[in-house]
Order: sequence, then C-alpha cells, then structure tokens
Amino acid sequence: MEQLLSQIFVGLSIGSILLLVALGLTFTFGQMGVINMAHGEFIMAGAYTTYVLQQALGDGATATAFLLAIPVALVVAGTMGLLLEVLLIKRLYGRPLDTLLVTWGVALILQQAARDIFGAQNVEVKSPGWLDGGTTLIGVDVAYNRLFIMALAVAATAGAWYVVSKLKQGRRMRAVMQNRQLAAASGVKTASVDRRTFFLGSGLAGVAGVALTQLGSVGPTLGTNYIIDAFLVVVAGGLGKLRGAVIAAVVLGLCNSLIEYWTEASLAKVIVFALIVAFLQFRPQGIVAQETRGLA
Amino acid sequence: MNTSTDTTGAAKAAPAGGTGTPGPGWFKRRVIGTKADVVPRITFAVVAFLLIVVAPGMLTAFRLDLLAKYLVFAIVAVGIALAWGRGGMLVLGQGLFFGLGGYVMAMHLQLADAGPGEKPMFMSLTGASDLPGLWEPFRSPVFTLVMVVALPMAVATLLGLLVFRSRVRGPYFAILTQALAAAFVILLVGQQDLTGGTNGLTVSTFFGLDLAKNSDKLTLYFIVLAVLLVVFLIARQMVKSRYGQLLVAVRDGEDRVRFLGYSPTTVKVVAFATAAGMAGVAGALFVPIVGIISPTSLGIVPSIEMVIWVAVGGRVSMAGAIAGALLVNFAKTELSEAMPSGWLYAQGLLFILVVAFAPRGLAGVGDWWRENRDRFDRFRPGARTAAPASGAAAGEGA
Repeated sequence: MEQLLSQIFVGLSIGSILLLVALGLTFTFGQMGVINMAHGEFIMAGAYTTYVLQQALGDGATATAFLLAIPVALVVAGTMGLLLEVLLIKRLYGRPLDTLLVTWGVALILQQAARDIFGAQNVEVKSPGWLDGGTTLIGVDVAYNRLFIMALAVAATAGAWYVVSKLKQGRRMRAVMQNRQLAAASGVKTASVDRRTFFLGSGLAGVAGVALTQLGSVGPTLGTNYIIDAFLVVVAGGLGKLRGAVIAAVVLGLCNSLIEYWTEASLAKVIVFALIVAFLQFRPQGIVAQETRGLA
Repeated sequence: MNTSTDTTGAAKAAPAGGTGTPGPGWFKRRVIGTKADVVPRITFAVVAFLLIVVAPGMLTAFRLDLLAKYLVFAIVAVGIALAWGRGGMLVLGQGLFFGLGGYVMAMHLQLADAGPGEKPMFMSLTGASDLPGLWEPFRSPVFTLVMVVALPMAVATLLGLLVFRSRVRGPYFAILTQALAAAFVILLVGQQDLTGGTNGLTVSTFFGLDLAKNSDKLTLYFIVLAVLLVVFLIARQMVKSRYGQLLVAVRDGEDRVRFLGYSPTTVKVVAFATAAGMAGVAGALFVPIVGIISPTSLGIVPSIEMVIWVAVGGRVSMAGAIAGALLVNFAKTELSEAMPSGWLYAQGLLFILVVAFAPRGLAGVGDWWRENRDRFDRFRPGARTAAPASGAAAGEGA
C-alpha cells in the first residue's frame, strides 16, 4: 500500500513536470496549429538563465537568484519565442508541417549555440537551502523539490487560466483560437494576438526550465528529453485546452509511474504510447475537444 | 556481382521498361522518348554510368564504403518522398522501420556467425543461458529476408490503419510517428539481454561475404545499387500510376477524395507501409556496410535528419530524394571532418532555409526557372507568357 502511495506521488510529480513543460505548448499549438520543435530549447534557455543568474549573483544569493530566475526566464524565453514568431513562423502561416521542420532547425542551432557558450559538459544549478531534504506525508517520503515543482505547476496553470479566461487579452486569444477569420472580421488584431500568445507560451517554457534545474544538471539537450512527452500531453489533451492538458498530464504521469512499477521503465514508455494511440481511436480530438461544425 | 551489374545495365538501356519490337522508330520511341523525357533520361544514364563504372573504379575502398552508405540512405529517402512529398504524411519516425529491418538482419547475421545451435557473442557477456525464443526463427535466411520487408510494413500498416481511420493527420501524425521512434529506442536500450542495449549488434559477414575484404565490399556496393534501382523503379511506377494520382489527391483534398467514394485510409496506409518497407530494406543493408546497428542511429534526431535529405532534394521527386540523400550526407561527412560544430549550425540552417524558402528543393529548380523565365527576358520582343504555376506538378517522375 505504501509502495503504491509512493508510486502515486511519483506519478503526480511526473505529471506536474509534464504539465509545466506542456502548458506553453497548448498555447502555441492550440492557437496557431503550429508545432514548435524549439519549445524544448526555450526550456533549456530557462534552465541556463537560472545558472547564469546564480553565477552572476555569487554564492551568497543562491535562493534569491533562483527565485529571481522565474520571472527573468519567463522574459528571456518569451522574447526568444517572440523573435521566432516574427522572423519565421509568421511567414509559414498555413504550412504546419513545414513549420515543424523549420523550428527543428532553429532547435538544432540553439542547442549548438548552448554547447558553444556553456560547454558540452552539463552545468550544476545549486538548490536553495529550503528545497533540500523532504518530509513524510501519510507514510510516503516526499522531497521538497518535488513539492515545489508541483506548487509551481499549479501556480503556472492558475496564472495561465486567469489570463485566458479573465483578461481581455485572453478573450481575444480564445476568439482567434476558435475562429481566426471571424475574430479578424470583428476587429481583433490577430497578428498582435499571435505575438502575445507566442510570448506567453514560450515564456512558460522558460519557467519550466527553471523548475527542471532542481531535478538534475543542465545540458544542451535538456529540452529534447521532455519535448516528445510534452507533445503527447497536448495531443491527448486536446488543442489549446487548459483543462485537457491538466488531465492528460496527470493521467500520463500516473500511467507512467504505475506501469513502470508493475513492469519496467522501457516497457512502460511503449505501453503508454500504445494507450495514447488507442485512446485517439475513441477521441481523435483529445480529452477536451473544441466543438466545431467543420470536418474532423 | 555479375547479376547485379546486368540488371542495372539493362535498365539503363531501356529505362521505360518492357521489350518493344525493334522496328522503325523503336530507338527513338523507347530510348529517347518524348521531348520532355530527354533531360531526365540523359541524367539517369549519366548517373548510372557514374555509379556503376566511375565510382568503383576511381574511389578508394573507404570512399566507396561511404558512398554505399549514402546509397542506403537514399533508399530511405525514396520512401519518405513517397509518403511525405506525394502523400502529405510527414513521417518523423522512419528510424523505427529502418531499425526493425536492421535488427532483423543483424540478428540473422550474428546467428550465422555463431554457427548452428550457438548463441551470439554478446549474449555470453550479458549472461543469458539460452537463446531467447524471439531470436530462434532468424536462423533461417529466407525468413529473415522476408521479415526485413514484412515486419516494418506490418507495423506501419497496423499503425496506419488505427491512426488514419480516426483521421489523425498533419502535425498530430508527425508527432505520433516521432513518439513511436522514441519509444522504440527506449525499448531497445531497456531490453539489453535481447538487443544488446546501447552497444547494438555488430556483424562481420554478410551471406558468405567477408566484410573486411575489399572485393566483397565491392559486391555489397553493387547489391546496394541494384536494390536502390529496384526501389526507385517501384516508387516511380507507383507515382505514375492511377494510385499515384489518388495519393496526391488525398494529400491535397482528403475530404473531397472521401466524398468521391474512395477510402483515403487505404490510400495512405499503402504509401506509409511502402515507405516503411523501403526503410526496412535500407536498414538491413546498412548493417553489413557499417558493420553495426545501434539505437544511436535510429532515435528522434536521426529520424528527422532523414526528412531533411528529402527536403533538400525536392520532396515530390523520387530522383530528387536520392540526390538530396547523397548530397546532404556527403556534405555532412566533409563538414563534420573539417569542423564538427559547424555541421550542426549548417544543418539547422539547411532546415530553415530549404523548408521555409525553397520547399520544392533541388528538383524544383527547373520548374522555378520555367515559371520565372519571363522575368529575365521580358525585355525581349515576344517574350513568352508565364507558364501556369503548379506546385503539385513540380519535379514529376525521374
């Protein structure tokens, strides 16, 4: 029983990481139907931002640097996303498959740039003192850094939800997402909405990068390791739907950890993939589908 | 070796296939063809001459080995051009099918090396007591050769039926194939006792050929060349047939094709499975040429690299795909020898520039020229009017 509870905790922890990583994707993918393969490199940029801040502020301010890294990474990754949108993605409107390949090229360049700037070796980001160690909750060992990531995932989701459903900006985003032409005809500046969406989505990737520094060292391929899982979350969750992404991330996290517990790590990945394909048989649009009268 | 040169030679003389009765106009009709055929056929003859006669004579054994590897990659590229260029299915997981073919072949070759009743070398290191049941059937060379094609095609058919039937397409399909390749690699690494893990499987002989001997390597080169020719002709016939038109129609308007009473699922599955079979064959030939197959050459990154070969060559053209695979891999070898980090930047730029700004690739250069010719000679009296722009017809056939 305790073993099962601890696996469930691990599953929730994986789920929260998946959610953080996939949150930004649901915006960019959902809004523009564009798969941004460089999303993983924005995560990497967020992680390296944390590293740079720690180096710049010195040993005495590890915790300050870490907390400061969250907003700074949001801006750094967001700006990179904005540039990508303005320079390339905008020009490829209506060519989603080509966009995928082009952003992959951007990802390759960013990775190699990171390798040239920070070295091929992974770098260590120090944890703030208050994230070391852990506690025991109903018989399960709980590490503080895992709890922190869960809290960050919840906070980021809440923030994203607030922006999307409460602010004027969010209303415009939803309008463009649901019907771009009608939104444009109603006076929404779709190009500007696209830019802001991309800034927000990419910025969230940066925040995810800050969180990932607590789970291991930071290297140029950090983002690539998470990107496929993040895409699967978005595909299973449904386009541009926060609710879908949350459910999909948690379910995938739990599936991963429980199947791993019953079988083993490498089989678990394959089984989870098979489950997703099977699930798409019943709901090709994902868990939460956008109502539409168009052809599927 | 003789047989392989013979087939390629015969096909060079009569690229259109078939043995027409020699008579008046036969040479012109069969060999030269219509005016539009002249340039492709001359190109084909020149390339065939270069690959069959010049390359084996001029290149060192090391370079010829590299060329054989590029030709193997060209086989994968033809499949991708069929599925992606013609069918609109961006296949980002060809590493999976390449790997299936490769591992099937490597398993047989390892068993053949070990001799009857023996286990492959690596299993004594991992400490397996018996030969796993999964390996047993691959003692048979016939079964192996069948599975090299059949296994990737079966997997692709199954996945295609499930995925296309529920109308998963576009980027969703691309992501699923990519995830599949990723899962396959994780499985290969994880099941170390069965697959050799990250080390992969190494081979030293290929159906009686000694892979260390230069003369046997030459034989292998001609085998690869012959297979590439067969694959190219199959793809070309598919593209030129009614099926090929249907495939393009599904790419450009899947719903319209469905409303006309066809099943887009079947059309797409055939192309996807053919591409998978070609990748499987390529994987099987990759093993003896390189001497090893391991998860490193199959993952997400190698799989997506295969797509850029086709993009550079021209995604709708089978010949363009071959040219792209040869060119990009040649550039990769040269550039990464000169400066390792430079190649990664160059590759990234290649993705961006080719896909975003020259989506028709090398094979589209001719069409681009025909469409834009009047821009250059508009000052001449009686300048021709612009040819009708048609992206779908770019780089037809050879």
